[in-house]
Amino acid sequence: MKFVDEFRDPQKARILLQEIQGLIKRIPICGERPIWIMEVCGGHTHTIFRSGLNNMLPKEVEFIHGPGCPVCVLPRGRVDDCVDLAEREEVIMTTFGDAMRVTGSRKSLLQAKAEGADVRMVYSPLDALQLARVNRDKEVVFFGLGFETTMPSTALTILQAKQEGIKNFSIFCNHITIIPTIKAILDSPDLHLDGFLGPGHVSMVIGMEPYAFIAEYYRKPITIAGFEPLDILQSVWMVLKQLAEGRCEVENQYTRIVPPYGNSQALQAIQEVFELREFFEWRGLGSIDHSGVRVREEFSTFDAEQKFPIPNLKIADPTSCQCGEVLKGVIKPSQCKVFGTACTPQNPLGALMVSTEGACAAYYNYGWIPEEDLHPARSSV
Amino acid sequence: MLNPGSLTSSQPGFGRAKPLVGSTINDQRITLAHGSGGKAMRELIQNLLVPIFNNPILEALEDQATIPLGELLQHGDRLAFTTDSYVVDPLFFPGGNIGELAVNGTVNDLAVSGAHPLFLSCGLVIEEGFPLDTLTQIVRSMKHAADRAGVSIVTGDTKVVEKGSADKLFINTAGIGVIREGVSIAATKAQPGDAIITNGFIGDHGVAILLARNELALEANVQSDTQPVHDLVFHMLDVCSNIHCLRDATRGGLATVLNEFASASNVSIQIDEPHLPIRESVRGACEILGLDPLYLANEGKIVAVVPSEKARELVDAMREHPIGKDSAIIGRVKESPVGTVMLVTTFGGTRIVDTLVGDQLPRIC
Repeated sequence: MKFVDEFRDPQKARILLQEIQGLIKRIPICGERPIWIMEVCGGHTHTIFRSGLNNMLPKEVEFIHGPGCPVCVLPRGRVDDCVDLAEREEVIMTTFGDAMRVTGSRKSLLQAKAEGADVRMVYSPLDALQLARVNRDKEVVFFGLGFETTMPSTALTILQAKQEGIKNFSIFCNHITIIPTIKAILDSPDLHLDGFLGPGHVSMVIGMEPYAFIAEYYRKPITIAGFEPLDILQSVWMVLKQLAEGRCEVENQYTRIVPPYGNSQALQAIQEVFELREFFEWRGLGSIDHSGVRVREEFSTFDAEQKFPIPNLKIADPTSCQCGEVLKGVIKPSQCKVFGTACTPQNPLGALMVSTEGACAAYYNYGWIPEEDLHPARSSV
Repeated sequence: MLNPGSLTSSQPGFGRAKPLVGSTINDQRITLAHGSGGKAMRELIQNLLVPIFNNPILEALEDQATIPLGELLQHGDRLAFTTDSYVVDPLFFPGGNIGELAVNGTVNDLAVSGAHPLFLSCGLVIEEGFPLDTLTQIVRSMKHAADRAGVSIVTGDTKVVEKGSADKLFINTAGIGVIREGVSIAATKAQPGDAIITNGFIGDHGVAILLARNELALEANVQSDTQPVHDLVFHMLDVCSNIHCLRDATRGGLATVLNEFASASNVSIQIDEPHLPIRESVRGACEILGLDPLYLANEGKIVAVVPSEKARELVDAMREHPIGKDSAIIGRVKESPVGTVMLVTTFGGTRIVDTLVGDQLPRIC
């Protein structure tokens, strides 16, 4: 398939892997401990496991699966609030697909739907707005979540709704912003990290500049990475090259999508509609200052939190979960004490088991394959 | 029951269904009266179902179909018996409709045991208000599919439920067939060294249905692959009577069937992504929607586990069959890790292909 297969070329992968082997030897800490690279974005985690990339890299390189799965990091209290909204008689709750399965302390949207709530899966907030246009007697609420990647489409939908004077549409805003969270991880005392793969689609909107502090202040290399397997492999190579050469810079592998200064129209829409919250709760990481956004006062008629009474309960993460330690690379998903027992994709306890982009779910679904089963007998029958 | 006892049929031919006259409520739509056991129901049966399904066993209009054992014994030595319910939405999609699906699906469940499919039942659960001409069209499709598969629809049942109690139309079909002597196919029989074969492009039905729902504003020329596979299976058995495992990869797709084989046989199955037959349009839709074609439904695709020494010959033979033109060897059975399906990706990596917890849900970004 055009524009996809080129980025999954096994020949090029082999060449890059050879280069990586060579680079590793030039990195000072090599041999003492693994080189830890955090892929910030859940989309990267998904590609790494889906393509089997995790099993192809030399064992000296380990991925730490970061917090960039917006579905995973949604705290239970917010899911409860969303379910509450969905269960209102007059509400049609609309949401992206994989948000349906996230459980709050009581249930998921999928369960609420089974019990009679009107919950519908959409591919875009504009689909939700269309539902509002054709269901004037209902209140259509869009469960807005995601980083800067999805924020512009929510913002533009609100602007569109305002322009059309649509009264029965609002968003339950759970949009979050990645930079404060990366900073919180970098400030963590038990941090295990040598470099980052930066989130490609967030960067398409915000550009490269916001990451400068990672290189300059925290002295960690970061490469903005695309989402195909070769993108990720090349980005790993770029981070390792920085480490080998003793550089700490913000580099861009995903040049075909990410402009250095981002997308000004998208940023403008975000700016117009949203403002930073003082703090926002993250599942697995706790409260992080300025890490979430809310709808500005002038658009309050489109803000479900203003329009409906919302319990806004804080529900602590289950104490048995070690998501925070996994996110910071202190332990691997399979080392968590509830992994695969109390916490499975069927009944996720922790954030990272929730979406297919979560590190624990990826470990569980795509699994670790024993070394002896990995390499022999790749010939066809 | 579809057979209302003492009524007799005038044996009209296929396709000559009469309009339902004298119904008490509305002639053009199915009403609760059509499921009440009274006159309206008799008319529905006599004027629509019996003439279209058109076979002497049904036309006897008894409470049950009576089938001579002697006739069954001509085909083999064991009875295969299965049932399935069809609730697809939308009822019509590119490449078919619920009626064809209800026949082919049950025929295929019989066929993958190596059985000769012979007789089907037809249970209809109809939502009040369902258009009569749509029902007629679907029933005709069932007859058409039954003729194609060489089976007769010999008994049935009709229920009408209040508006809102069911989504338009549900169909249940049960089927019986007779298994060829000497054939013994079971999910427990995969052995290390065996080859995995499929008869063509996977994921077509799943994508056709998704697109037909029209919720995605995506267009692609993908047709459902709904088709009976029994003739292909016979063709395969002629080349290799010792097929170890065989299933049709319907709901849950190829990945689910392979996991069933791996678990039941206590083996590992390894498949090669570059060898999987997947249409460009299906791959494209999956890329955009964040779905994995390995889990998409098919309605005429079989997965076989066969002795490796027969695999090449079998695939060559399958490719001569109209519904096997794109057959391919897609993987092999290994000893370990037991109960696991692994995929060697085009990229060169290896990953586990597990059974899904529920439906695939598209990812957020």
